[in-house]
Amino acid sequence: MNIVACVKQVPDTEAQIKVKPDGSGIDESGIKWVMNPYDEFGVEEALKYKEKFGGDVTIVTFGPARAMESIRTALAMGADKGIHIDDPSYDGADAYATASVLAAAIKTIPYDVIFCGQRAIDDDSGQVAAILADMLDLPQLTVVTKAESDGKTVKVVRPVEGANFVIEAALPAVVTAQKGLNEPRYASLPGIMKAKKKPVDVKKAADLGVSVESKSKVAKMVPPPARPPGKIISGDEPAAKAAELAKLLREEAKVI
Amino acid sequence: MAKGVFIVAEQRDGAFRKISFELASTARKLADELGDEVGAIVLGSGVEGIAGELGKYGVDKVFVADDAALEPYTTDAYAAAVEKIVKENDPAILLFGATAQGKDLAARLTGKLATGLATDCTDVKIADGKMVAIRPMYAGKCFGEVVISAFPQMASLRPNVFPAVENAKAGAVTKVDAGLGAVAMKTKVVEVQKDTSGKIDLTEANVIVSGGRGMGGPEGYSILEELANILGATVGASRAAVDSGWRPQTDQVGQTGKVVSPNLYVACGISGAIQHLAGMSSSKYIVAVNKDPEAPIFAKADYGIVDDLFKLVPELAKECKKLLG
Ligand SMILES: Cc1cc2nc3c(=O)[nH]c(=O)nc-3n(C[C@H](O)[C@H](O)[C@H](O)COP(=O)(O)OP(=O)(O)OC[C@H]3O[C@@H](n4cnc5c(N)ncnc54)[C@H](O)[C@@H]3O)c2cc1C
Ligand SMILES: Cc1cc2nc3c(=O)[nH]c(=O)nc-3n(C[C@H](O)[C@H](O)[C@H](O)COP(=O)(O)OP(=O)(O)OC[C@H]3O[C@@H](n4cnc5c(N)ncnc54)[C@H](O)[C@@H]3O)c2cc1C
Repeated sequence: MNIVACVKQVPDTEAQIKVKPDGSGIDESGIKWVMNPYDEFGVEEALKYKEKFGGDVTIVTFGPARAMESIRTALAMGADKGIHIDDPSYDGADAYATASVLAAAIKTIPYDVIFCGQRAIDDDSGQVAAILADMLDLPQLTVVTKAESDGKTVKVVRPVEGANFVIEAALPAVVTAQKGLNEPRYASLPGIMKAKKKPVDVKKAADLGVSVESKSKVAKMVPPPARPPGKIISGDEPAAKAAELAKLLREEAKVI
Repeated sequence: MAKGVFIVAEQRDGAFRKISFELASTARKLADELGDEVGAIVLGSGVEGIAGELGKYGVDKVFVADDAALEPYTTDAYAAAVEKIVKENDPAILLFGATAQGKDLAARLTGKLATGLATDCTDVKIADGKMVAIRPMYAGKCFGEVVISAFPQMASLRPNVFPAVENAKAGAVTKVDAGLGAVAMKTKVVEVQKDTSGKIDLTEANVIVSGGRGMGGPEGYSILEELANILGATVGASRAAVDSGWRPQTDQVGQTGKVVSPNLYVACGISGAIQHLAGMSSSKYIVAVNKDPEAPIFAKADYGIVDDLFKLVPELAKECKKLLG
């Protein structure tokens, strides 16, 4: 089976995000970059499919030079090869533009299933995979916690508010991973050594014949609104503190 | 020339979900600034009867596609129907709910309509005749203002953030043919397993009572359930509690869980790790109960109590019961 996993490199969840004073973006100094946590589930599922059906796993990344580390991480987990579109147009590319680049890269290889994360935890837009599916004219199975395949079809569980949808589609298809899909493996030491020798094809967007055309842009970034300082309800007796809190919630905040 | 502010309303089992009224009211506000009309798209099977209700929330025109193929939701059928209605009416702005369905649908349409989409927005406004969509990024660690150069300018709105305001307009209903005969359905819904517990989803809850590692085990949650019952709240959890197997994955709040914005979030035995704060810091009021006065959650809390939660929560339940009768 030809298995593809799209991987984005994002700031570590611990990162303190500071907006640049001119609002043009975030200050990247001191940020530790990691593979998007949801993409770890996507890579793990890709490896499970490989173990079951044979074939190989290709990692596709659109991002700057540093993004190569996330490809190497996926290769160390057991993926076979990578495509890295390292192009300055990454900066400012919106979801539509990102999906166009990924689609152009994926069209150059055979594919039976494409795994993505349900969203990237930095920009949080959760739409690249669906746009990619549309561009490749494939079914999309988004935010799934289970993805069983018999090699020809895939059957997923998709939790929505108040229900689980069980959905089936013929392969090839795009599947986006939600937490709960699996437990991503760690890269082993031999895995890390081997990863260094695995092939990664580094390309420019122009090599793929795609022009990176964004439909949206972020005009400005701002820090979150500051919260007014809170009140600590002091006292010795839990009952008295609870009574005071209930009263504040009812009369001051008016939320109960 | 694209004109009008449209919404894709969401119904379930023949009743509009609250987000539909939030969308309609927000669209009304934007349309008034632009001097335009509000259009609503209603999709489903047997939904024609409810369509007019949207007029109450400021919708001028309702386009209803009532088709057996639109129940249950599938990406292909819904995307094709919306695409057709958008192409026939050419709206300038198209709003969705940032719900499971709305997110799946809007993203597909971004591809089909070759436009831009700002997801999970907490505010939208008009500047220079265009929509400016404000959305949290890095799970709320900062906010971005998105402008879209193509049409329709699309945004999905976070549930529970925008007010639903009554403002009666015509709400004139037009039936449209979704034209699904020729559309290839790439997915098939094999089963819909409904959660019959009646629990309100965290993303839609007005009040959330959440517990972390401090709950000590799955049994500990019974006191939270009791408080939640009194307050009409939904119980949430930190990742520590979910990873320990005390609570299901669907209860996790945070950067890799659900991002919630209730009126009231009560955090019990939760330290306030940055990933947890990311998921709940847009709550209107935050209460923290923790025995450690140094816990970072107190820095975000409007009201904090330093105490043993096993002593405090039952007392709080009692007091709330007294107040609420
Ligand atoms: C402040 C700010 C706000 C923004 N707001 C918007 C907005 O509202 N709308 C918009 O369209 N764009 C927006 N962008 C642009 C955004 O950075 C890119 O569009 C981004 O690549 C796509 O969104 P995402 O990263 O959230 O991906 P998601 O759609 O959340 O990612 C889902 C999955 O797609 C795959 N994927 C995504 N990107 C890549 C990649 N580069 N390489 C490989 N796989 C990938 C991964 O598997 C990932 O898990 C914003 C950017 C900034 C800086
Ligand atoms: C990639 C990544 C993603 C993550 N995503 C998320 C996420 O989405 N959501 C999330 O929540 N976390 C997430 N985390 C985990 C996060 O870093 C913290 O580990 C987690 O939030 C801690 O949960 P907690 O506050 O319940 O536990 P702890 O940090 O252990 O805190 C327990 C608290 O309970 C208090 N306590 C104990 N007993 C009592 C008592 N009897 N009475 C009162 N107080 C008591 C303690 O003082 C302490 O403050 C993520 C981590 C990573 C690395």
